[in-house]
Amino acid sequence: MKLVIAIIQPHKLEAVKKELEAVDVNLMTVTNVLGQGRQKGVTEIYRGAKEAGGLLNKVRLDIAVNEAFVDPTIDAIVKGAHTGSVGDGKIFVVELAECIRISNGERGGSAIG
Amino acid sequence: MNSGDTAWVLMASALVLLMTIPGLAFFYGGLVRRKNVLSILMQCFVIVCVISLQWMLFGYSLAFGPSFHGIIGGLDWVGLRGVGAAPNPAYAATIPHSVFMIFQAMFAIITPALIIGAYAERVKISAFLVFTLLWSTLVYDPLAHWVWNTGGWLRALGALDFAGGIVVHVSSGVSALVLAILLGKRVGYNHKPIRPHNLPFTVLGAALLWFGWFGFNAGSALAADGLAANAFITTHIATAAAGLTWALVEWWHNGTPTILGTVTGVVAGLVAITPACGFVNPMNAMFIGMMVAVICYVAVSIIKGKLGYDDSLDAFGVHGVGGIFGTIATGIFAQKAINVAGSDGLIFGNVHQFLVQGLLVIVAIVFAVVMTFIIYKIVDAIIGMRVEEKNELIGLDLTQQSEAAYTVIE
Repeated sequence: MKLVIAIIQPHKLEAVKKELEAVDVNLMTVTNVLGQGRQKGVTEIYRGAKEAGGLLNKVRLDIAVNEAFVDPTIDAIVKGAHTGSVGDGKIFVVELAECIRISNGERGGSAIG
Repeated sequence: MNSGDTAWVLMASALVLLMTIPGLAFFYGGLVRRKNVLSILMQCFVIVCVISLQWMLFGYSLAFGPSFHGIIGGLDWVGLRGVGAAPNPAYAATIPHSVFMIFQAMFAIITPALIIGAYAERVKISAFLVFTLLWSTLVYDPLAHWVWNTGGWLRALGALDFAGGIVVHVSSGVSALVLAILLGKRVGYNHKPIRPHNLPFTVLGAALLWFGWFGFNAGSALAADGLAANAFITTHIATAAAGLTWALVEWWHNGTPTILGTVTGVVAGLVAITPACGFVNPMNAMFIGMMVAVICYVAVSIIKGKLGYDDSLDAFGVHGVGGIFGTIATGIFAQKAINVAGSDGLIFGNVHQFLVQGLLVIVAIVFAVVMTFIIYKIVDAIIGMRVEEKNELIGLDLTQQSEAAYTVIE
C-alpha cells in the first residue's frame, strides 16, 4: 500500500479528479493549502508597502492506493494537472503501514478501495 | 422653524451614526488580523454607547453651552436641561435645539472612534474605555467649543471649519500619532502593514463612510438649502478625485492599482473636503481631492515606513494629514461667492484667512498632542494601556472579550 500526496494548482482539481475517476481511483481527501515553490510565492502590496513572499493557494490530495494502482494514479494526476510551467506542483509517494475502515474494522488492502 | 430643515438634519444625524457603525467598524475591522476583528467592532459600538451618554449628561453642555471666556461651556445644559423643541438661533434658527444637539452627538461619537486605527490590536478594553471618556471630555469637547461655539475663541478669530476638519480629523489624527508612538509597535511589526484579514469588509466600510459623509458634510449646513447642496457636491467630487488619484499614483509607483489604495484615497478625500465643503466650488474641490491623495500616499506609503512608528490602520496618515491639508486648503480655496458667512481664501487675495487656518492647525496640534500625552500617562499608570505580550499574540478577541469571530472547525 502507498499513500500518494499531490500538491496541485487549485484550478486543476476538477481535471485531476476526472482523470483519477477514469482509472477507477475514486477515494481521496482534498484540502486547501498554502505553499511556495521555486518562484517563491507572490508579492502583495498594502497601502504602497510591498509584502514579498506571500504564499500561493494550492490544493493537496491524499490518496491511499494498493500497489497496482500506484502508477495509474500518478499518471492520472500528472495528466490532469500538467501545464508545463512552474507552479504545477509535486507528487510524493510514501509507504503506507496500515489502513483501517472505521465502519467495519476491515484492515489492509481490501479496506483501501 | 422649518420642517424641511428639521427633517434633513434628523436624517443627516442618522447618516453620521452610520459612519461609525457599521462604516468605520468594518473599514477598520477588515484591516486587522482575524484574531482582533471583534475588538474593533466592540470598540466602535462601545464608543457609540458611552459617548452618547456622555454627550447627553455633560459633553454637549461643555462644547456648546454658554461660553466661559471662549474656553469651555458652562454646566447650564447638563442632562440636556433646556435643550428642547425651541430653536437656538445662535446655532440654527430653523430647527429644534434638540435636533442640533443630536446631530452634534454623532460627531462627538465618531471622533474618538477614528483614533482606534492607531492603537488597534494591542490595547486593553478597560484602558480603552477610560481613555476614550477622558479624551472626549478633555480634548474633543473643548476643541469643539473653541471652533464651533458662538463664543469660542478660535471662531472669534474667523477660523473656518465647515464640518469638522480640525475638530474631528486633525484632533483624532494627531492624537492617534501620539498614541501609536507611546504604545509602541505591535509584536512582530516590521515597518510594513500587517496583512488585512478581510479587505471586502474594508471596502464595504469605506462605501458606508462615503454614503454617511453626505450627512456629515451636507448636514453641517443645518438646513436643506443651496449651501447643503454645495457641500454635498464638493464632498462627492473631492472624494471621487482622491480615490482615482490614489489608484493612479499607486499604479505608477508600484505597477498595479489596488482596491485598498483606492478606498484609502476615498477616505483621504472625504477628510480633506470636510472643513472646506461649505466654502469652495466644485472645481477647487476636485483639486483638493487630487492633492490630498498624493500627500496622504506619501505620508502612509513612504514616510511612515521610514519613521517606523506603528499607526496600525493609518489614523494619522489619513485623518491627521488629510485634515491638516484640508484645513489649510480651506484657507486657500474658500470664496464668499459660495458662502457669505465664510471668507475669501488665498487665491482670492485674502492672505489673512490663510494665516488664520494655519494658526487653527497649530493650536489643534499642540492641544491634542499635550492632552493626549497627559491622558495616556494617567491611564497607563492606573490601568496600563497595553495588553500583555502573551495576550497580544493570542489576540484581543479571545483575551479581552472571550469570543472568536470565525470558526475553523465546527
